[in-house]
Amino acid sequence: MKLVPCPLHGPRPMEEFVYGGELRPAGDAAVADDAAWGRHVFDRQGIPATRREWWYHLPSGTWFVAVRNTASGEFLETTDAADHRS
Amino acid sequence: MMSRLAPQPGEWLDRTRRGVFEFEGQRVEFLAGDTYSSALAASGRLTLARSFKYHRRRGLFSAANHDANVLLQIDGRPNQRGDVLLARAGARVAACNTSGGVERDRGAHIEKLARFLPVGFYYKTCLSRRWFPSFERVIRRVSGLGRIDPAARATQAPHRYLHCDVAVVGAGLSGMTAALAAQAAGAGRVVLVDESPRLGGAGTHGRAAEGEREARAAQLRERIATARIHVLEGHCAFGLYEDGRLGLAQAATPDGGLVLLRAARIVLATGAIEQPIVFRNNDLPGVLLASAAQRLLQRHAIACGSRIVVVTATPEGAEAALDLAAAGVQVVAVATLAGSQPLGGTQHAALTAAGLRVLDQHAPVQAIPDGAGVVAALELENGGRVTRLACDSVLLSAGWSPALQLSLQGGGTLRWSAALQQHLPDGLPSRVYVTGRAKGIHGLDAKLADAELTGAAAARGDAAPPVAEHREARSAAHAFPLFAHPKGKEFVDLDEDLTIADLRNAMQEGFDGPELLKRYSTVGMGPSQGKLSSLNALRLLAAERNLPLAEVAMTTARPPYQGVTLGALAGATPAPLRRSALDDVHAALGAQWLPAGAWRRPAYYARDSAPRERCIAAEVRAVRESAGLIDVSTLGKIHLLGPDAGRLLEASYTGRFLDQRVGTTRYALMTDEAGMIIDDGVVARSGPQSWYVTATTGASAAVHRELQRRVIELSLDCVLHNATGALAAVNLAGPRSRDILAALCRDDLGDQAFPYLGYRELELVCAAAQVMRVGFVGELAYEIHVPFDDAAALWTAIMAAGGRDGVRPFGVEAQRVLRLEKGHIIVGQDTDALTSPDEAGLARAVRLDKGGFTGARSIEALRRRGPRQQLIGFTLEAASPPFCECNLVLGPAGPAGRVTSVAWSPTLGRVIGLALVSPAVAALDELQVRADDGRRHRIRRAPTPFYDPRNERQRGGAAA
Repeated sequence: MKLVPCPLHGPRPMEEFVYGGELRPAGDAAVADDAAWGRHVFDRQGIPATRREWWYHLPSGTWFVAVRNTASGEFLETTDAADHRS
Repeated sequence: MMSRLAPQPGEWLDRTRRGVFEFEGQRVEFLAGDTYSSALAASGRLTLARSFKYHRRRGLFSAANHDANVLLQIDGRPNQRGDVLLARAGARVAACNTSGGVERDRGAHIEKLARFLPVGFYYKTCLSRRWFPSFERVIRRVSGLGRIDPAARATQAPHRYLHCDVAVVGAGLSGMTAALAAQAAGAGRVVLVDESPRLGGAGTHGRAAEGEREARAAQLRERIATARIHVLEGHCAFGLYEDGRLGLAQAATPDGGLVLLRAARIVLATGAIEQPIVFRNNDLPGVLLASAAQRLLQRHAIACGSRIVVVTATPEGAEAALDLAAAGVQVVAVATLAGSQPLGGTQHAALTAAGLRVLDQHAPVQAIPDGAGVVAALELENGGRVTRLACDSVLLSAGWSPALQLSLQGGGTLRWSAALQQHLPDGLPSRVYVTGRAKGIHGLDAKLADAELTGAAAARGDAAPPVAEHREARSAAHAFPLFAHPKGKEFVDLDEDLTIADLRNAMQEGFDGPELLKRYSTVGMGPSQGKLSSLNALRLLAAERNLPLAEVAMTTARPPYQGVTLGALAGATPAPLRRSALDDVHAALGAQWLPAGAWRRPAYYARDSAPRERCIAAEVRAVRESAGLIDVSTLGKIHLLGPDAGRLLEASYTGRFLDQRVGTTRYALMTDEAGMIIDDGVVARSGPQSWYVTATTGASAAVHRELQRRVIELSLDCVLHNATGALAAVNLAGPRSRDILAALCRDDLGDQAFPYLGYRELELVCAAAQVMRVGFVGELAYEIHVPFDDAAALWTAIMAAGGRDGVRPFGVEAQRVLRLEKGHIIVGQDTDALTSPDEAGLARAVRLDKGGFTGARSIEALRRRGPRQQLIGFTLEAASPPFCECNLVLGPAGPAGRVTSVAWSPTLGRVIGLALVSPAVAALDELQVRADDGRRHRIRRAPTPFYDPRNERQRGGAAA
């Protein structure tokens, strides 16, 4: 199975991680009409690409952000989640 | 007739150890080292199986499970690989796909219907909705391999994990050489894997021609034995997964544990799979691959016949004839296949010197069966002249297909070499190397030289020697070994009974791409996954479309390379059981366990051998009448500390917390971005900048995780401490609970000093405790949180102090009844992933006026639309629930929702429950529920709480 590069602990097996979804901007609740808000809540982009995603290392309780090629599954870069505050 | 020979050099057999198994009621003797296939062959049996579709007789074909002929039912387990499994004494064995045994299979008549079962038959019949149900019944009965024994015991074998620098797959001459070279070049840990129980691969085939082969193999085996190389014999590498992980299945014990091997670099020395010649009746028992004859001879000392004809396009075919002749077996003739390269002069001379008749450039016309349905003669044709050779065995050798499935699984690619008539590795997955015949290198010296270099390159992580088209005598192969016959029955795919005409018809129907042809005709989709059929199907396709083979891509390869049982894949990954601090206490009290997430919790406590329902009712009564004690340690318990802790709560839960007074608790409801309920709990404010939050058992880890994420997203100054495991908690509930707790501390517990929904940190006699006065079960109640190690002392102290009052431990079942009497929901039972707070009757917990929280915007939008469902309470006059949770609620116009909770209330003396129903029926006084048995029961809508509707008891006003 896959190895995931944890920014704190180096490569660790996939079972130690939880996928937290794509990193995306918070919706603007004040502006959006119901339909636009619905799209923000439910629509996700499934096209394979290089994406920024939330990942969580369970044993150490660490969130981080990974840049991942979703076609190949390759982790290109991991960074401290704090650098990606919205 | 197959038969056992005198001992052969290097044979796998231990002739001093014999055994007997049973094949379809008959005794079969075997020697230690025999596989089921070889033992059956040695017993003289030729028909070992019946084919999948037409129930034709089939026999041993590759002796390596490259075909799927010999799949056996062994001791109730279906589809066991006879070619690979070592025979076990006492086993009860049968062919998989027969009705009435392999010799008298009543399914055989189906072949007469062959012309009504064209290619794509299944798809065509299934188009008719009218006929499909009856066809399906017939097909289900006659198709399928093997029978599952419903009484079979599940076996659970744990996975083993190994790590190494270089893993070499395949322990033939190339693999052994590469492993030794990798180690010599500095690889610390080298693992060598082979499916066979002995090292050597096909290294000893052709010993009559090249005498030094056996000596080389023996020498390599010896060096491996003394080297620090981890050898995994009897393990089949079935899958290459991400980041260099190989899945290895034990060949001898299919249910045995898998080995998951993580390798920094992998050398595939997997060799090549001999390809068959396709002609009429090429599937008769007695017709087999030349390499199969070699395996039988070299490993099991079995002569595959007593009058053998060899048809070959390769030098290996001729070598098989020489090896058999040298072992004293009669070879009637060696025919070179029409269109193949002529045999080398030395080989021709060797055959002649051995006294063998050589027929140059002959094409097979057909094999002819005898009365018993096995091969009796072969017809060959040359320039219009047909020669008929009486024989009892026909050996075929057309060429080679590299066993590169593992590389292809990892994303590797192939290219076609017209010079070699073989695919060669093109792109390889990262960290994967290839050597040996899989790389298109057939000559002994070239092979060993490449393995030497490749092994060393793998050890160092260097580039491997390039793939070259090593054209040499041994790499000869035939360009088109398919010989159509006007009467058909030339089997391209033995698994699926597909003939040349079947594939041509499929292509003419328009399914003329490799992947389309595969799916429509099912070629290569059987258990052997095209090892012997894919290449020939591609050849037919290229010919049909007039394309060079190089332009026809091989179909996608996916794991597993060989069949692996689901049990082996599942393994026995032990699910770690979390035990609360009071686990031993519960066990001593007769707890009957209930799984709860990762934990186990007492469902109820068995007492005086009373039935379950009576125990639960007594526990309920104890709580209502005096006091009960329940372990709630499985709740999530999280401390929030810091100036922004209140903001974190307001952003994460639907309620208000910034205005919460220190020393109080509030109900907390969490929704997701879509405004749906995901958790609930209690929030206690323990100080100006500190809160203590509980979460439900199943969601506690996720709640903690989401709170952490929000701290990052909102840049909050707040620290989280997950104390779920560090703290234990009990709930002491009932009218007598205050008196019992009072005995454990000096504090004033009166309604003024410690009111309903209060939070206090108390110094109990046995522990420092955080105590919340909350009312899940609807009585005066205290939830007491203490350090893990103090829990047992607390429990003992409470039971001692409450003994006079009749305090009784209660379990999850009684708690469910108690909270249902109060109409309190359980998130995940009375709600699902699509239930909003309004629909669950929790609108009062939502404060849209406070500024945003996760889900607020969606709840606002949902309110404009109105609810899609509504949680209602109901009652029913009955002594026990006549239906179950999740049963359908019926309104006047049909289905209207489902029951989410139902139980008999000992307090109220009737059945009570909750149901999620459509708003259209939510106001009706009466509805119906359809039980599992189809019967309908009237339910009467009732307001909640069912019990103590004014909540006086939990406030303490009416208590005691």
